[in-house]
Amino acid sequence: MAATQEEIVAGLAEIVNEIAGIPTEDVQVDKSFTDDLDVDSLSMVEVVVAAEERFDVKIPDDDVKNLKTVGDATSYILKHQS
Amino acid sequence: MNATNRTVVVTGIGATTPLGGDSASTWEAMLAGQSGVSSLDQDWAAELPVRIAAQAAVDPSEIIPRPQARKLDRSAQFALIAAREAWADAGFTAKAGEDPSVDPDRLGTVIASGIGGVTTLLGQYDVLKEKGVRRVSPHTVPMLMPNGPSANVGLEVNARAGVHTPVSACASGSEAIGYAIEMIRTGRADIVVAGGTEAAIHPLPIAAFGNMMAMSKSNDDPQGASRPWDTARNGFVMGEGAGVIVLESAEHAAKRGARVYAEAVGQGVSADSHDIVQPEPSGNGIAKALRNLLDSNDLDPAEIVHVNAHATSTPQGDLAELKALRKAFGDDTDHMAISSTKSMTGHLLGGAGGVESVATILALYHRVAPQTINIENLDPEIDVDIIRDEPRKLPVEGRIAALNDSFGFGGHNVVLAFRSV
Repeated sequence: MAATQEEIVAGLAEIVNEIAGIPTEDVQVDKSFTDDLDVDSLSMVEVVVAAEERFDVKIPDDDVKNLKTVGDATSYILKHQS
Repeated sequence: MNATNRTVVVTGIGATTPLGGDSASTWEAMLAGQSGVSSLDQDWAAELPVRIAAQAAVDPSEIIPRPQARKLDRSAQFALIAAREAWADAGFTAKAGEDPSVDPDRLGTVIASGIGGVTTLLGQYDVLKEKGVRRVSPHTVPMLMPNGPSANVGLEVNARAGVHTPVSACASGSEAIGYAIEMIRTGRADIVVAGGTEAAIHPLPIAAFGNMMAMSKSNDDPQGASRPWDTARNGFVMGEGAGVIVLESAEHAAKRGARVYAEAVGQGVSADSHDIVQPEPSGNGIAKALRNLLDSNDLDPAEIVHVNAHATSTPQGDLAELKALRKAFGDDTDHMAISSTKSMTGHLLGGAGGVESVATILALYHRVAPQTINIENLDPEIDVDIIRDEPRKLPVEGRIAALNDSFGFGGHNVVLAFRSV
């Protein structure tokens, strides 16, 4: 069953917490991964791989650069999850 | 004094070793003659011929938060912990630039390891095989590269004069400190954070060193396994950890009123060109490094009262080093009290030169040299003054110097000299 927007944001919050140590409550849709959440370019790859597994979605490398905020990633996953 | 021959001093020290999580606890354990060696009770060790090692007294996971630790190889974690201690010990309150007493453009790092991020490399190969390509960590390359520890410490302190990593197996840590001394001497930097680190306690390196017949297999007596110069010595015990010092031009240290532990006099270097792993048995290669030390530095062998030997507890190497000291220094060898702290720390490979430099500097500073433990029967071929059973008081008056020897597979010989101030 496809995840809801709320479930995706919560899932991304757990992933970002695991990778960058940011408290889950600070991971909000308007937050930038690099500027607000301490996710550097290499760690972003880890976030993407973890999100792919969790939400059963493929995120090609070329699309990763467009995922600047938690909201961008949430919309992408909502649209592409199988 | 011209810019190409500046005096260099030690203003900070740091370590995390099998004996303690910092330099103070390490030093205290050395003077108490404690062994940092224990049994490897991990499942992966069960089938290995060698099931002992000198594991870090404080695991770095207790110090470095997980979000940062997962991007750092264990060797870089050790280096960072030791470097932070040394940096604070030198009296700096923040990284260069933020602390106005350090100019980032005049600050360097030279931190070496013998093997680099070997546990990262092997661990990620396991991930590749078990979980697939996509799961290989994107941090793998910066974690496994041997210059990773130096670069991470450079980022931590904001070093912009140069970040370097000389690699020469078990001489790496000392080669790093020698390189750092030269950077300051020649005017390229005012301060350099330098040392060695290693984290190779993993089944593959242990199997490989074990198959070379280089390691002690005294699995039933871990604490007695590392026994340099004893007749029953049967190979080295692998250790892990890091030793890092802050080197500074004497002028810069004086200007900011820094505490000075010792003068870093300089290095002597040579290569055996004899065999890829066997030491040259007559000690001629090592003697050449010792002579080079005297020829290229303002150092009188009459001043040298202590040698922290390389002595790893191997049958051949331990003796070659002592022969070399006699060849290079003649009768002056008689007033040198010689010890191997590897009897307690095990052999930290590329980290050894860092940790043993810390021990050598503290011996000068406190005027007491640690002993060699586990000598029950001294090898009868030995005709020099080996410190055993208890620490040795060094002369309380006058200027005294001490050496730290480090040699590595590949025939690398590096000798560092420090002197009281």
